[in-house]
Amino acid sequence: MIMAVKEKKWQLKLYVAGQTLKSVTALRNLNKYCETHLKGQYTIEVIDLLVKPQLAEGDQIFAIPTLVRKVPEPIRKIIGDLSNEEKVLVGLNIVPVNN
Amino acid sequence: MATARTKNKKITSSPLPLFPKASTGINGFDEITQGGLPQGRPTLVCGEAGSGKTLFSMEFIVRGAVEFNEPGVFMAFEEKAEELAANVSSLGFDLNKLVKQNKLRIDYVHIERSEIEETGEYDLDGLFIRLGHAIDSIGAKRVVLDTIENLFAGLTNQAILRAELRRLFQWLKEKNVTAIITGEKGTGMLTREGLEEYVSDCVILLDHRVNNQISTRRLRVIKYRGSSHGTNEYPFLIDQDGISVLPVTSLKLEAKISSQRVSTGIESMDEMLDGKGFFRGGSILVSGTAGTGKTSIAACFADAACKRNERCIYFAFEESPDQIIRNMRSIGVDLEKHIDNGLLKFHASRPTMYGLEMHLVVIYKMIKKFKPRTIILDPISNLITVGNVGEVKSILVRLIDFLQTQQITVLFTALSLNNIVNEQTDEGVSSLVDAWILIRDIELNGERNRGLYIMKSRGMKHSNQVREFTITDTGLKLEEVYLGQDGILTGSARQAHLLHQQTESLLMKHSLGRKDKEVERKSRELQARIDTLTSEFESIKEELKNDSIEQELRNEVLRQNREEIAQLRSNRNNIPAAAGTKKNKK
Repeated sequence: MIMAVKEKKWQLKLYVAGQTLKSVTALRNLNKYCETHLKGQYTIEVIDLLVKPQLAEGDQIFAIPTLVRKVPEPIRKIIGDLSNEEKVLVGLNIVPVNN
Repeated sequence: MATARTKNKKITSSPLPLFPKASTGINGFDEITQGGLPQGRPTLVCGEAGSGKTLFSMEFIVRGAVEFNEPGVFMAFEEKAEELAANVSSLGFDLNKLVKQNKLRIDYVHIERSEIEETGEYDLDGLFIRLGHAIDSIGAKRVVLDTIENLFAGLTNQAILRAELRRLFQWLKEKNVTAIITGEKGTGMLTREGLEEYVSDCVILLDHRVNNQISTRRLRVIKYRGSSHGTNEYPFLIDQDGISVLPVTSLKLEAKISSQRVSTGIESMDEMLDGKGFFRGGSILVSGTAGTGKTSIAACFADAACKRNERCIYFAFEESPDQIIRNMRSIGVDLEKHIDNGLLKFHASRPTMYGLEMHLVVIYKMIKKFKPRTIILDPISNLITVGNVGEVKSILVRLIDFLQTQQITVLFTALSLNNIVNEQTDEGVSSLVDAWILIRDIELNGERNRGLYIMKSRGMKHSNQVREFTITDTGLKLEEVYLGQDGILTGSARQAHLLHQQTESLLMKHSLGRKDKEVERKSRELQARIDTLTSEFESIKEELKNDSIEQELRNEVLRQNREEIAQLRSNRNNIPAAAGTKKNKK
């Protein structure tokens, strides 16, 4: 299983609207989980909708912050500040690295 | 309509600032709300599934973009842009063209619960940004959120959602866009999620009820802050022109009236009505039992209207146009040529085709389009199959009301269900109509004839007589009804009576001649006798006259003789005579 996961490249997009507390918290949380469980296999793109509002439609964003996993398929979305690690991992279908 | 106009006048004349309203362009709706939706504020449109919420809001957006030059954003939570475009293309709305012209933005918000996981705090800024971007990109003045309640299905954190919705509506107000938020009707609430709590400026309820297997759409303005509005349920129709709402009840009885008269198309009936016919803009009820010629009277009236070069719509609820044309040709009324001339229009529909209210909407729409001066509803009794008497009455009241404001003469026919004059059988409209013509069957001597009389005719002298109503090859005629010893005589009995009278008078004439001759003879005879008697009398008179002359002669002769004798005597006795003289001298 671990081997299979390792072969994957994770493309993650985090949609935020300015530097709000929720956005900052979400990004910090995301970085932490990725470093822990997906070290070296992921890319995170932060999109500020205040700057590029036209991008909201494409990924069907309505809540902020929203984390979108485009690859691997299927598309998954996690909304919120990502404070619950377990939920995020389940949502992204990441098998946690055992201690 | 008339009320809306007068209202506007009032508003403009008042010194207070106008309550700003955004015209929806939806037929009739702006009249109910006296101008449209509250401008720059959100309005809640709620109703059950399939009640026309999406269409209503789409028409608001499209009409705004096309007719009022107010671009709009349609944020759909249920249907994709392509689906929406396909759905409303049947109404003649070309969404893709509007999108290309930058008059419309459709944003489909897809919320798929299975794709979404919630952890921790979030807000709906994404939605705000999307909407804001769409609004700003085309300078939208109108926004529709259809149906925002889908958010509740996709997200679990109710506390966040509710707070965000409140913020959204506030934000929409700040954006100064006129917005429609749709919501599905919930149990015991206007909307499933209680959206009415957040949108409190204007709430419109759409309803789709099925009664006796016939559905009717209705619209009601539940609340409208800062404005007066019609509070009734208004039926509405969705057809190829979009939504038509019918503001049917005007509260005032102040329609202008005309004293112009229009012919009934039947000369002898005009005579019964003061020689001139009905009032223009009046309502006429023709009622009678089956087969008494109600449709014929209606057709004659339509024919007369068309001959005056006026437009007429014939709403047939029982027969097809061709059937009516064929049947009327048999009594010498040619309706087809009026159709060819574009003066006459038939609209035939089964009463059960749609609900009662819908019939009214259809009639209303047709009248607005065709602008007739006369309409005919044949027969209104059939409408009972769709609603009850009370409903039919309320419909007809509103129809008559509307027609009066338009100065359109209307003729209803109604089937009476029994032979006795009964006020109940005429859908209770007999008190509303201006003129009521009743046709009764008169059964006598084994035949059935028609007796026609005018039950009422407001504002004119009219005949109180029962006339016999005959349908001939050359049209309709009203004959005097004969009153015999056994009652009214009609049909062949009347003919027999007429013949009898003719015989009588002939016989009378004959006998009179005979008597005259006898009198003459008698007088001649008498004259003869008088002559005889006169001559007799003359001869007697002559005789008597002769006698008296003779007598006189005789007397004369006798006197002369006596004198002569006396003379003779005196000559002989002179002395005694002298002595006598002497003696006398002494």
